[in-house]
Amino acid sequence: MKMDHINWFQWSSPQALYPFAGRLISWVSVLSLLCIAAGLYLGFFVAPTDFQQGDSYRIIFVHVPAAWMSMFLYIVMAGWAALGLGLKTRPSFMMAQAIAPTGALFTFLALFTGAFWGKPTWGSWWVWDARLTSELILLFQYAGVILLHASIDDLRRADRASAVLALVGVVNVPIIYFSVRWWNTLHQGASISMTAAPKMATTMLAAMGIMALGFWLYSAAVALMRVRCIILERERHASWVQTERAS
Amino acid sequence: MMPAGMLATVQGLVQRDLLLAWRRRADAATTLLFFVIVASLFPLGVGPEPAVLRTIAPGVLWIAALLSCLLSLGRLFSVDYQDGTLEQMILTPQPLTALVLGKIGAHWIVSGLPVVVLSPLIGLQFGLSGDAILILSLSLLLGTPTLSLVGAIGAALTLGIRGSNLLSALLVLPLFMPILIFGAGAVASSESGMGAEGHLSLLGACFILGVTFAPIATAAALRIAVE
Repeated sequence: MKMDHINWFQWSSPQALYPFAGRLISWVSVLSLLCIAAGLYLGFFVAPTDFQQGDSYRIIFVHVPAAWMSMFLYIVMAGWAALGLGLKTRPSFMMAQAIAPTGALFTFLALFTGAFWGKPTWGSWWVWDARLTSELILLFQYAGVILLHASIDDLRRADRASAVLALVGVVNVPIIYFSVRWWNTLHQGASISMTAAPKMATTMLAAMGIMALGFWLYSAAVALMRVRCIILERERHASWVQTERAS
Repeated sequence: MMPAGMLATVQGLVQRDLLLAWRRRADAATTLLFFVIVASLFPLGVGPEPAVLRTIAPGVLWIAALLSCLLSLGRLFSVDYQDGTLEQMILTPQPLTALVLGKIGAHWIVSGLPVVVLSPLIGLQFGLSGDAILILSLSLLLGTPTLSLVGAIGAALTLGIRGSNLLSALLVLPLFMPILIFGAGAVASSESGMGAEGHLSLLGACFILGVTFAPIATAAALRIAVE
């Protein structure tokens, strides 16, 4: 098949995206459940106990993947926003809107599990350290994007204004990611590095990778479910939605 | 290099905004007074312990500057939006980013510069040393233009929405945080003997980043708001 025969805009109409998302959801959610179950089992029962931090380190298997997803989803959301602004495709904005709450959820989860990890290791629930603060800023940014979208009644304007805001906030993502390297802070360095030899046991790495995959699949499933709701809500006067509802 | 026509238009816009601000001096005075009052609340709330005041002074002044900037942001585009001037600005052949930069510059001269000028006085009230006051004013001089630049994005995004001032504050405050950290950190690190150069350089970097990208984002937001 030649490249120029691929129709890149095949799912760029809400009507085409709706059934496609519906077909994807069941597969993606089953896979995500399997991955999360396997990751949790590996992390909590198979992975060895850390010689310094004991068993309290095991929250890493939720904390680190959640923190990754919080940053990754922001980039994905901003990517959809940019696509929407550039190509004027409505489903792109819908995807950005659908991802935002999940991103905010993972940011909150990263902060929350971080607090539970911080208490036994640092002795306090919260410190005003560079990475924690910038992750908190990320949570506020998600909130800003969601709030701005909710405050504008004109959907077209709401979509585009929150897209601009999402793009502006991308500045923060590299700051969070590199904060532990740029500032010498309390938060430990990156758990996994592409260049250096792994600092942890292979089972730990595997558990973390599988959890991250599971969280990613979960985000995809939830975002697709949400985008279906958004499509139904926005296209409720379209004739295909009427027939969809009737059937 | 800017073409001559564009430069003249931007210059005219800045002059117009400054003249408007001068005709309505009470607005700018309100912002400045707000800055002074917020800064004076802290000694009353925290207690007049000189050592404590000296440590919190940079943060207090920076937060007061940040809040007074937020307070004045509502006026940045809303008047032009209501009377239709903004639409005319968008329709001019000059690039909107340049015009926006001019408006932001005028906004800083009216609301940011007075805060910078007044900051040594408040610094004295908090018992800061001469060196610390110098660093503090320098950090405000470098940082407040960035506040105006970033704030303009929020003001443009929330133009004409109900409760726009509060919403704009919510959108913009997270983006202000790095500037606050570097600005207030400059004084603290110079006091601890590490020198303020690092923080001031980062503030300068934020400013360059802001001056490059904020007008583009603001112009895009204005187009979205007006159409």
